[in-house]
Amino acid sequence: MKITVADVEHVARLARLELAPAEKEQFASQMDAILDYVEKLKGLNTDGIVPTSHAVPMENAFREDVVDPSIGLEKALANAPDRAGTFFAVPKVIE
Amino acid sequence: MNVFEMTINDLHIALKGKQISSVEATSAMLERIESVEPQVGSFITVTPEVALAAAKEADQRIASGNCHLLTGIPLAIKDIFLTEGIRTTCGSRILDNFIPPYSATSWEKLRNLGAVLLGKLNQDEFAMGSSNESSAYGVTRNPWDTTCIPGGSSGGSAAAVAARQAIATLGTDTGGSIRQPASHCGCVGLKPTYGRVSRYGVIAYASSLDQVGPLTRDVADCAVMLEALAGHDPKDSTSVDTPVPDYTSALKRGVKGLKIGLPKEYFIAGLDPDVQSAMAAAIETYRRLGAEFVDITLPHTDYAVATYYLIATAEASSNLARYDGVRFGHRAEADSLLDMYTKSRSEGFGSEVKRRIMLGTYALSSGYYDAYYVKAQKVRTLIMDDFTKAFADVDLMLTPVAPTPAFKIGEKVNDPLQMYLSDIFTIPVNLAGTCAMSLPAGFSSSGLPIGLQLIGKPFGEETLLQAGYAFEQATEWHTRKATI
Repeated sequence: MKITVADVEHVARLARLELAPAEKEQFASQMDAILDYVEKLKGLNTDGIVPTSHAVPMENAFREDVVDPSIGLEKALANAPDRAGTFFAVPKVIE
Repeated sequence: MNVFEMTINDLHIALKGKQISSVEATSAMLERIESVEPQVGSFITVTPEVALAAAKEADQRIASGNCHLLTGIPLAIKDIFLTEGIRTTCGSRILDNFIPPYSATSWEKLRNLGAVLLGKLNQDEFAMGSSNESSAYGVTRNPWDTTCIPGGSSGGSAAAVAARQAIATLGTDTGGSIRQPASHCGCVGLKPTYGRVSRYGVIAYASSLDQVGPLTRDVADCAVMLEALAGHDPKDSTSVDTPVPDYTSALKRGVKGLKIGLPKEYFIAGLDPDVQSAMAAAIETYRRLGAEFVDITLPHTDYAVATYYLIATAEASSNLARYDGVRFGHRAEADSLLDMYTKSRSEGFGSEVKRRIMLGTYALSSGYYDAYYVKAQKVRTLIMDDFTKAFADVDLMLTPVAPTPAFKIGEKVNDPLQMYLSDIFTIPVNLAGTCAMSLPAGFSSSGLPIGLQLIGKPFGEETLLQAGYAFEQATEWHTRKATI
């Protein structure tokens, strides 16, 4: 297992992160060490074991479909870095 | 006794007996915070106006006779809890200007009982860390030795209790983030069973592992806090709808006949000798009190850290996708939407958070999903089964909280794997979803606190409190105070 700078760049792109060249080198070696450590799981036989995604066994949690008041537009928009009327404004998406 | 050294139970009696008002107690706490904060750094935001207003209200409530144990008690909470109208950063630059539009259920419950908010506590960024060094708001120092880390990620929550800057605090625990700092700072910290306390309004790190809990000066206070926090919340579909026991009445049941398991995987070579002798002394104390010890095994313990760092980072990479600069938080200047996402995140997140997002993204990415993420989920099943099997024979387990006392600031900063391994005894409990408590059990030769971990069955918090209280009555570790 060897994590290259190219792997780091690929994963950073997926995660929407931009890394400085020195950071890429550092992450490659640190991720390599960590992934090398987690390799130990591969030595464990898990055939037929059901994966656990949640500590408490539970089915869907249903409730009555009753409308409650929500926080409202002004509160919801209060932290917006930029807004246009009742919308969050972002840089232009379509040319 | 100084107000700031009191427990919840002490201060409640003083408030009810009109020996002191909540406004006076709160003012004394605020002065204490101001005087020791330069040495400790427990807080990100101190909220004196909010605190004094709440204290005034609490005094009226006390005067009218309609008060709870927590009415008028000055508390502080980790900056991971949303507080309506009060800045909440989660230790991150990306939320530097974030003012939440609503509050976390756990905090709201305490506030509704009349608790007073002194401020928001320092933590590792997005609760990712074991030392509080990844905070964007400066390091927190251990009140017992300011060259050492307080532990993390609820480092501010533990340091504030130890430095007497709050009567009690709230933290969160994803892989040991309440218990490990409680151990390093010499206070009591309890991680409830997953689902026992609502996670609504708690900024998410790893949703299948995160849990809210108290840090206090003693076990009796811990029972008071847990009782106030526990219960089903319709706003958190993973909170469990089982009745909340009267935790305080469980305290005095004693430990006679209680079967305590000693998992052999937790008493390994390489355990710090001071930790080892503290554990031996604790076992002796419990024996004297009439508890019975059973050697048990949790055979998959050695796989827990690897499992955790795949599951937690995978969940984190998904949870932290919401920080994109669109609706709240930091937004970078950019010409295109994609650039805005990337630049906002890259400027806003610190290095440990980026590293965990990268690891999690890798573990979930095409070609690696089965080999890493699903594999880890299967090993999680084996780890849970270990606990289920062992708990068939014992009522609770006794282990160290951490393999060593608090380490030096800067010691593990450049070696993430070594940092991750410091959580080796706390992580399995989160994977299994059960409850555990850290309580003071001794000191190292250099005067640093050492914690003892009691692990309970799912929803077995009463047994933890009962056993913790018995230990506390028989020892005096919890009465020692950091010289700060």
